[in-house]
Amino acid sequence: MNITRRQLLILLPAAAIAWEHILAGTPESSPNYNMTDHWWGMLMDITKCIGCGSCVRACQLENQVPDGYFRTWVERYHVADWEVEYPKVDSPDGGKRGFPPAKEDGGKNFFVPKLCNHCADSPCTQVCPVGATFVSPDGVVLVDQKYCLGCRYCVQACPYGCRFINPKTETANKCTLCYHRITKGLTTACCEVCPTGTRQLADLKNPNDPIHEFLKTHSVQVLKPHLATRAKVFYYGLDGSVR
Amino acid sequence: MQIPVEGFMYPNEVELQWSVLIVLYPFLTGLVAGAFILASLERVFQVEAVKPTYRLALLTALAFLMVAPLPLQLHLGHPERSFEMYLTPHGSSAMAMFGFVYLWYLLGVLVLEIWLDYRRDIVVMSQSARGWKRPLYRTLTLGSTNISERSLQIDERVGWLITVIGIPSAFLLHGYVGFIFGSVKANPWWSSPLMPVVFIFSAMVSGIAIVMLLYMLMCWLRREAIDMRCVDAVAKYLFYTFILDFSLEMLDLIHRIYEADESFRSLDFMVHTRLFLSQVVIQILLGTVAPIGLLALTQVLKLTDLRRRHIYVVAGCLTLIGIFAMRWNVVIGGQLFSKSFLGYTTYKMGFVAREGLLTAIILTILPFVILWVLLKLLPPWPEKHAIPASAAASAD
Amino acid sequence: MTNFKDAGHLFRMAAVFLVGVVAFVVLRTSFVPRSFGQYGHYRGKAIAEIAALPTSYAGHQVCEGCHTDVLDIKSKGVHKGVACESCHGPLAKHADDPASVQPAKLDTAKLCVRCHQANIAKPKTFPQVVAEEHSGGAACNTCHQPHTPAMVAGGSR
Repeated sequence: MNITRRQLLILLPAAAIAWEHILAGTPESSPNYNMTDHWWGMLMDITKCIGCGSCVRACQLENQVPDGYFRTWVERYHVADWEVEYPKVDSPDGGKRGFPPAKEDGGKNFFVPKLCNHCADSPCTQVCPVGATFVSPDGVVLVDQKYCLGCRYCVQACPYGCRFINPKTETANKCTLCYHRITKGLTTACCEVCPTGTRQLADLKNPNDPIHEFLKTHSVQVLKPHLATRAKVFYYGLDGSVR
Repeated sequence: MQIPVEGFMYPNEVELQWSVLIVLYPFLTGLVAGAFILASLERVFQVEAVKPTYRLALLTALAFLMVAPLPLQLHLGHPERSFEMYLTPHGSSAMAMFGFVYLWYLLGVLVLEIWLDYRRDIVVMSQSARGWKRPLYRTLTLGSTNISERSLQIDERVGWLITVIGIPSAFLLHGYVGFIFGSVKANPWWSSPLMPVVFIFSAMVSGIAIVMLLYMLMCWLRREAIDMRCVDAVAKYLFYTFILDFSLEMLDLIHRIYEADESFRSLDFMVHTRLFLSQVVIQILLGTVAPIGLLALTQVLKLTDLRRRHIYVVAGCLTLIGIFAMRWNVVIGGQLFSKSFLGYTTYKMGFVAREGLLTAIILTILPFVILWVLLKLLPPWPEKHAIPASAAASAD
Repeated sequence: MTNFKDAGHLFRMAAVFLVGVVAFVVLRTSFVPRSFGQYGHYRGKAIAEIAALPTSYAGHQVCEGCHTDVLDIKSKGVHKGVACESCHGPLAKHADDPASVQPAKLDTAKLCVRCHQANIAKPKTFPQVVAEEHSGGAACNTCHQPHTPAMVAGGSR
């Protein structure tokens, strides 16, 4: 069949556009990764956390997080008696260098690591005036560093306090679920270094993911469920006193 | 700079996000909306008595509206990207409305209304002015020197229509700011359906107060007698609006105390300690109860003109202080407590800094400077300076 | 027609507005980023930009590719679930170019207490000691082999 020049002139751009669409689900640097195959979350097993702060340090090193700001941090709780309304909580430098010996004894004491919950109904995404923060097709809430104005509305809207303004870039910043790692088949930096298996990445679209399986068979909670953010960081063994 | 924290705050919460400039912005747009509502009283609701303040109110609104974006620009991490709100406004974000609502109100309502009301004077001055003012006025005429009876009647009609549209636009201009705060479910100090309503009513109170004060000041500077019938009418509207505003704020307070949800203890403690001076003393006692009391006196007792003027000045000043304090308590107060309800932080306001107190003071003075220029270019009381229309027509 | 003559100024004003709107629409098309709206209300390219950020941690599978001897020892002890970089720090650079980037030698006296210093908030079943009482300040690898920390006299390998 002879293809005339005219036909080629029509076919080639059409083919280019079609090819773009095929590639559209794939970030350019991760050729084998298709966004629509994944829906990311995380499991936090509170019963295992030892408050070593390895996750906080690793996150800072992996993501160049400035001192004084935290993409993830660890809180220590002390619940004296039955009153879960008034725990004593501390988080010295986010738990980065671990925790000093506790002054209180008795009662319940435990550690709670926290990070961005990558909410499916993310309030921070809802309030961004320009579309600089968004939920990616694979369920990770990200910030476009080149588009963010630094208006700080998203920082106000996050119920969990996981966002901050990076003083160097003057833009909003937060946990990216190590998007640059998980799209290459690695796990997040915090999950990598956690020595006790407290933190584990979960792919909620993957039926064979063992963490996904855990979520289906154990009692888990999210933080501030009454705010209906559809958070995707699930806590196992969480006490009622945790804010 | 170590920020003192009491109790526990999430580590990223310790530093405040929104500074005194974000307190200033709703204060400024509130004055704009309030001044415009006062102007509309005469134009739409036919309240003859307040006519002497009509043009002054419009120019005041314009002066403050021109300065209003500045605190926002200075606050942004990347002001050079602010135009993105025009390019890709995010439909679900109340803040994204800002660009369009502001532009609409500035150009489609305020500038248009001022132009139509002043058009006759602009045409006259375009022929009588000398020097650099002449090309300025000629540009403002848009090339049309038609000030016939019919054209002025058309202007009157169109201006009336714009004012009618302008009233909900003014509510939108300031109400959306209230919604920006009121819709944040993460912050129980802000999250309330009453927030836009309270903002609008307190805006009206501040706008009426500032026009009343400016009118009295202008008369005093021009050595003109103050039209007491006018000022009494303005003060009466201030009084009624204030009662509504106060009722709404008390409703919010009583509701909070009664329901006592999980945030209540933390917020209650904050109001009794860190926010006591700015909320209880300045906003409520000095800024609301005192001016309402003073204005009530003028409504109930028969006082001399002089006495009433003194009371109006004091009440007006206290009102403005009180409404600024209200914005402060909303914006700063909403960031002083932790979302864990277990701790409090401190607002460290710089002085000579991009978002410092000095900047706020300059931005508060700037609208008055602009107003002074506007009053010179577009005098609200042209009776002493106007050339009779016949002379202007013959110069055509 | 007298209506229109007397409303001429309004038409001029309307023309000014129209020019403004047209200018805005035209400018907008040239300024909105190309990839905006590709997946949602955001710049589609941003996803690729974020995915292309460099890594600092190689991940334990990469370490285990070369250090099979350590892996053999570690996988039999209680530290089998602890990733290499948890103690050795980020080593993606070393994994990329093993000869030129050497990981630093670790000081076990400071390293091990991060996890194993006793704290009331740690789970009761987690092995924890008060270091000063436990070893009198001696380095932990005097008695324990970090890759398989059961008591082994004679220090680390």
